[in-house]
Parts: sequence; C-alpha cells; structure tokens
Amino acid sequence: MQNGTTAALDKRMTIDEIVGSLRDGMTIGIGGWATRRKPMALVRAIARSNLKDLTIVSYGGPDVGILAATGKLKKLIFAFVSLDHYPLEPHFRAARQAGKLEVLELDEGMLHWGLRAAAMKMPFLPTRIGIGTDLVKQPELSKRVKSPFEDGEEFVAMPALRLDAALLHVHRADERGNVLTLSPDPFFDELCARAADVTYVTAEKVVPTAALDLPANGRYNLVERALITGVAEQPFGAHPTSAAPDYQLDLKHIKTYTESAASPEAWDAYRTSFINVDEAGYLAAVGGAQAVSALPKPIY
Amino acid sequence: MSETSYSLAELLIVAAAEAWRHDGEIMGTGIGPLPRLAAGLAKKTFNPALATSDGECWYTTEPMPSGMRGDQVELEGWMPYDRVFSSLWSGKRHAMVAPVQMDRFGQANISVIGDHAKPKAAMLGARGFPGNSIHHPNSFFFPQHSTRAFVAGEVDFVCSCGYNPARYPGGKFPAGLDLRIIVTDLGVLDFGGKDRAIRVKSLHPGISFEQVQDNTGFALERPESIPTTPAPTAEQLALIAALDPKGVRKTVIKGDPAGDRR
Repeated sequence: MQNGTTAALDKRMTIDEIVGSLRDGMTIGIGGWATRRKPMALVRAIARSNLKDLTIVSYGGPDVGILAATGKLKKLIFAFVSLDHYPLEPHFRAARQAGKLEVLELDEGMLHWGLRAAAMKMPFLPTRIGIGTDLVKQPELSKRVKSPFEDGEEFVAMPALRLDAALLHVHRADERGNVLTLSPDPFFDELCARAADVTYVTAEKVVPTAALDLPANGRYNLVERALITGVAEQPFGAHPTSAAPDYQLDLKHIKTYTESAASPEAWDAYRTSFINVDEAGYLAAVGGAQAVSALPKPIY
Repeated sequence: MSETSYSLAELLIVAAAEAWRHDGEIMGTGIGPLPRLAAGLAKKTFNPALATSDGECWYTTEPMPSGMRGDQVELEGWMPYDRVFSSLWSGKRHAMVAPVQMDRFGQANISVIGDHAKPKAAMLGARGFPGNSIHHPNSFFFPQHSTRAFVAGEVDFVCSCGYNPARYPGGKFPAGLDLRIIVTDLGVLDFGGKDRAIRVKSLHPGISFEQVQDNTGFALERPESIPTTPAPTAEQLALIAALDPKGVRKTVIKGDPAGDRR
C-alpha cells in the first residue's frame, strides 16, 4: 500500500483514525488469546463505529463477545470463544444460539495453519487435523490433497485465512512501527500481521527507538516494522484482558462483563458505562490507572 | 490400607493418574481440577519425567499445586502455544480432557448441543480436540456418568475423532489416533473391546456393571471378570492433599461423597 520512496515512517495514529480506515465487510484478524493481550480499546472503538458485516478471525475472548453483542459480525472464524475463568462467553453463545452468525469452526492449530498459509502466500497448507471430525463437513474444509510420495496419505487442505487487516495490542512501540510484546506468550500475533494487508497496533507506550533496547529485547520484537501500518499509543488498551507484565487480567471486570448478558437492560447499562465512552472515561469507569496497575496475577 | 477413608474425588484422581504411568518424558496435560491433580500425582509417584505446566505457558519442575500461580513455583521450560502445537503434532503429549458428550466410537464433543448452525446450547468450540485426537494419546474424564454424557448414536458435533471406520478412507484408523482410558464417577473404561469398542476396565467400590450400563447410551463390552478400582494408598492421599492444599478437589463432585460406596 505504500511505495518505497514515500512510505511514512511516522506511523502514529489515533484509535479513531485506525477504525476510520476500516471498511464494512472486511475480514479482520484480532491478536491475543481469550483473555490475554486483546486490543480491546480498538474493539470498543469498532463497537461504537458504524462498521458492519465484519468477518472476524480470532482466538476468541471478550473481543468476539462485544462485537457480536453490538451487531458488527457477519461471520466468525474461530476455534473457541472463552473467558478462561468463565469458560463460556455469554454474548458469543447468545449470537450462536440465535442462529444469525455465520461460522467457520476450526481447531486451534488449524487456525494457526490457515494464517500461516496466508502469511506464506500459499492457497492452503495440508494437515491431518479435522479428519474423522465434523469440522470437515463445513464447505471451506471440504477439499483434500493426497501426498505425492509413496505414503499416499490424504490430508485436509486448510485454506489460507487472508486478512484485510490485523489488530494487535503490544507493550512498546516506536513511531516507526518497531514493536515489543513483553508478555511470556506471543501467541499467533506475528502470523496475523503476516496474513494481513495492513496491521494496526495499540501500544501501552510509544517510546524513542533507543528505549526499545532491542539488543536486550530482540526476542520480544514480534515482527519487522515494514508490516506495521499504524501505531496508536493506548495505555491499558488491552483491559479487561491482561497485558502482563504491565497489568494483569481484571477478573472482577470480566465478571461484570459476563453479567451484562443477563438481560437487554443489563447490556444497555454495560454499553453505556464501558463502551459508549472514550478511553479516558473507560479507564475511570473501571477504577483508574492505579487500580488496574495493581491487579493481582490470576491463577490459571 | 482398608482402614483409610477416601473421597470419590480422590479415588478418581488415583485412577486417572494411571493414564500417564508408562508415558515417560512427554507433556502430560490434565484439563480440569481432578485430571490436573492426577497428572501431578503421576509425576510425584511413578512417572517423575512427566512434563506438566502451570496452565499458562511454562513447565514447572514440580506439579503446580492447585490455587497457586506460576510465579510461586520453579519454572523449567517455556511452552507458548506455538510450541504446544509443535509438540502435540509430533505425538509427544498425552492429554486427559473432559468432554460434554462421548459416543460408542470414543468421538467427543465440546462445541454445541443440537444443530451446528443454530445450536440449542453453544459451548466452547472445538478448541484443540480435532488436532489432539489425531496426533497424540488422549484420555477422558467424566465426573457424571450419564446417558446425557455417553450418548446413543453419535455425539452432536464430532470435535475429537474416534474409532468410527465410516469416517476414514478405507475404514483405516489414523496412525496417531490413540484413545486410552475414560475415568468416570462409576468406573474406568477403555477401548480394549472388539474393534476398539468401549469396555469396562474396573468398577469403583460398590458400583455394579449394570449401574454403568444403565447410565450409558450404548452397549458396553463386559469382560468375564471386572476388577474393583484400587483404593488410594495413604501415601497417595498425602500427596494429593499436598498438591491440593486449598481443597479444590472437594468442590468438583456434588456433596464430595465417599469413594467406597459399598
């Protein structure tokens, strides 16, 4: 999307500018895993926007629930949607049980495989996963490939999961798009970025390049900057999910969130307090910076 | 040890630990409180080489006691999800999982009850079941053995594959498919029957074959003689207590009943 001579190296954007660059009907990959390092500030901004008919690819948590409950989803490509300590995601369940959500249900590793195929510009990658199960009754997984070698084994052709955009939350970034994810598990965020035409990140802090201390932190450098299109500084941008070591999962808020599915009134109240507010208002509503920074490490 | 009293949960932990006895140095994953304690017990007794995790992304040198956080124990290896998949695809893992439904083929479901397009109950999604079941050994845990769990026909959505020849080219089971034991509140079952049929391997003290059959939606294979599930030893009970200082095991089965129901 950028040519070599004019590529902007100051990639700073606001959250609203990022969401403003997304279009109806896009396929969007969301990074993180269940209740860990989800770009929730971006998810809330999408929930407030006029965007519609999105296809979301996610190791799902409250990101999927909020987008389902605010009517943004046309289709979901997933292996699970869970709030970890509260295993069942109530808004996802409601959307599934209403029968209005198109789905492609995958195995966790298969989702990774589809992103990897897209990252490698392959139309598919072969896998054994799905054989013998009902996953392969879905039309997207109906193709088989046979090993050209002596074994002749038959595999499922896992189609590439190409993303129009990827949304990730990172701990540190510079304005050029060099990023660090400091939590112990990077999940599949790198593959999301590689599978996507454009990748936007929110970062806890945007710092000068030298402050990233890449000689010490190289292992946390998720992906090369050429893949990062835009960077928005958004402290606590993953809340209520965790961005350890900066802050932990907010189990109390996750409980409040699950209770919001109890009735339309409860959902309206949640939406008013925690979604239809700007990020400063959100942080105040969930107890403020100090309280979030002091959250205890959860037990898994 | 006939004097020692033990709870049903403790009996199930001891029975479930057997899943990993001969596995050696592989990743042992128990999903849910009792299977997790069982993997810990296996590691503390007959399989010290078993690699168990903190439930997040680290291996720990000692099994994680329930209610403890990963930063309160010694970590011995990094296990992010990418590495979990690499490991499980190579077959070097044995998981014990707790499905919602299972059928006579050992096919299991955690995705939906009812129709996939408009489920009566949407649950988790297939998670890692499809990949686990075709690549590495799997065992199963059911705290409530009933005809709702062990269903007639096939499960509503087959998440993990089983010994159903109709689902494979030429009826040939995949090389990595290896279903081991099923631990329930009534007994221990395995796949050692004719054509990998499910059979009763042991009955918990005070439980009859008829009780197990009546609570199962398909015919179980009945060996000529069925042993009683061994009671926990005093040593095993002490280890379980140490692995579960907060007593999470007492909250899994309603009323925390005694293990000997004679």
